[in-house]
Amino acid sequence: MSYFVNEKGYYGDFGGAYIPEMLYPNVEELRQQYLSIIHEESFQQEFKALLKDYVGRPSPLYLAKRLSGKYGANIFLKREDLNHTGAHKINNTIGQILLAERLGKKRIIAETGAGQHGVATATVCALRGLECVVYMGEVDIKRQAPNVARMKMLGAKVVPATSGSKTLKDATNEAMRDWINNPVDTHYIIGSVVGPHPYPDMVSIFQSIISEETKKQLLEQTGKDQPDYVMACVGGGSNAAGMFYHFIDDESVKLIAVEAGGKGVDSGLSAATTYLGKEGVLHGSRSILMQTPDGQVVEPHSVSAGLDYPGIGPQHAHLFKTGRGKYVSITDDESLNAGLLLTQLEGIIPAIESAHALAYLEYMKFKGGENVVVCLSGRGDKDMETYMKHFNL
Amino acid sequence: MNRLQQLFQNKKKDILSIYYTAGYPNLNDTLQIAEALEKAGADFLEIGFPYSDPVADGPIIQASSKQSLDQGMTLQILFSQLKDLRKTVTIPILLMGYVNPVLQFGVENFCKACAEIGIDGCIIPDLPMYEYEELYHSCFEEHGVSNIFLVTPQTSEERIRKIDGLSNAFIYLLSSAATTGKNLDVSANARTYFARIKAMDLKNPLMIGFGISDKQTFDAANEYASGAIIGSAFVKCLANGDVEKNVKTFMKEFRN
Repeated sequence: MSYFVNEKGYYGDFGGAYIPEMLYPNVEELRQQYLSIIHEESFQQEFKALLKDYVGRPSPLYLAKRLSGKYGANIFLKREDLNHTGAHKINNTIGQILLAERLGKKRIIAETGAGQHGVATATVCALRGLECVVYMGEVDIKRQAPNVARMKMLGAKVVPATSGSKTLKDATNEAMRDWINNPVDTHYIIGSVVGPHPYPDMVSIFQSIISEETKKQLLEQTGKDQPDYVMACVGGGSNAAGMFYHFIDDESVKLIAVEAGGKGVDSGLSAATTYLGKEGVLHGSRSILMQTPDGQVVEPHSVSAGLDYPGIGPQHAHLFKTGRGKYVSITDDESLNAGLLLTQLEGIIPAIESAHALAYLEYMKFKGGENVVVCLSGRGDKDMETYMKHFNL
Repeated sequence: MNRLQQLFQNKKKDILSIYYTAGYPNLNDTLQIAEALEKAGADFLEIGFPYSDPVADGPIIQASSKQSLDQGMTLQILFSQLKDLRKTVTIPILLMGYVNPVLQFGVENFCKACAEIGIDGCIIPDLPMYEYEELYHSCFEEHGVSNIFLVTPQTSEERIRKIDGLSNAFIYLLSSAATTGKNLDVSANARTYFARIKAMDLKNPLMIGFGISDKQTFDAANEYASGAIIGSAFVKCLANGDVEKNVKTFMKEFRN
């Protein structure tokens, strides 16, 4: 069985390009060219050089000794939090901006929830001198003021999405509408492994640097390049897609994806998509999404803005449905506690998104000595207010 | 031959189609608006079934969709509102909406319900041609439901030919690549594009939509197509006051 995209743009039953005709020429142009552009030697050289000298890659693979002691396994943290701009998001925006340049695009649009992808997009636009417009839900603009200021300082125009719930899903709708209205000169940098084909595949290729490095680093540190488990949090699923990429076809490596359970999966305030969702179409691809019986998209909830999304990427839907990946969820409180625990055991303050993946360690049953890689997708600076409130700091 | 195909056989010019959102302004206005529009001279109608995330729509239709959903509209309710449609409405009716509610309702069930009520076709902007061809075409054909495809200024000639082959009622020509509710720019560019498509001599008639809001834009569209479709401008006029009066006032400009 293949866990990667086929020539029609599908992962098993999921994927495709469910887009209005107005978007077809843009998406089709991308579909025809993304692989050949990405595989050009000049592209690879430029991409790798920027990842090394600008982003600061390779990111360390750190054996967290005290955390390992607590759980009885060798727990390695893939330190995406140490990237420039503080998360894995920049791997994708670097790749897409180089691609946009080669497609001759002059204007960049993006959606953002917590603002991490917006900042990563505004950053590469500043780096390359391209116009940048970021759509962000009105509610998120209020919740994430420091990131809004960062984007503005980087020269991006931040446009509030005022429709629907005024959060990530609506920001994505607005970005798609912008693209419909600007069909020639604009490239849309989607921040996750969602959207119409080829976005999920393209974004996972740019994020696959995470598992590519992990394999090498594991070989150096443990003598073999395969761990027993890899774990990552999933909103749309881009850090998980990158963390899983080079391990997907090796079935001896267990893949664990951690969704946001919010206040509890049955509380009505959750973003545990595989548990609560059904198959359907959202933002251009067939996947699993939270919806009413009538097919209206349901508003998700998570303490972590980066996981506050009612769907997952089509590859994740496929990994879930085939059983290749194990999809679980962690509540708001559990994730915050795991964030505090990592901080106090290892001196690393994680993003609340990444803390979801760490929190699931509590539920793992280790025999002892297993090698576990957890993707630490981002740093917690942006979440200090939430941590402060929760722990009365 | 369904009503839609008959209409295009009998009328070659000046066809006026009106779009409105089901369940708006009030949940149970759907049928009454259809009746009033037929009386006022509309040639056929597109009834929108609302969706929570209408990416191809501008602010007016977004707002009407949201209001309709807030009032409890579902596809199930829409079909029950239209159950006796054919007792009072004779003009062709299309349903227009996004693919996810159709998937959840079940494509087969959806086509069956359309056929039973006397719905002649549908427009599902985010159902791609490839998926339609592979999975839905036979079901639509079997139930006599025409699927309408959109064409934009950026659609290639090869693709337009393919769309022409898969269509059996009309082709929906977008005045520009844009979300709904923008004003038609009857510029030289738009005219060149309309003329280019007209010159392709397609087997299906053309209807121009998006940006048609008044007599002037309607007449401009008529120079190149069998008629035009008005959506946002009509939905906007329904916002306040009596539905029947609003329909009459709006239609006066087009039909004396």
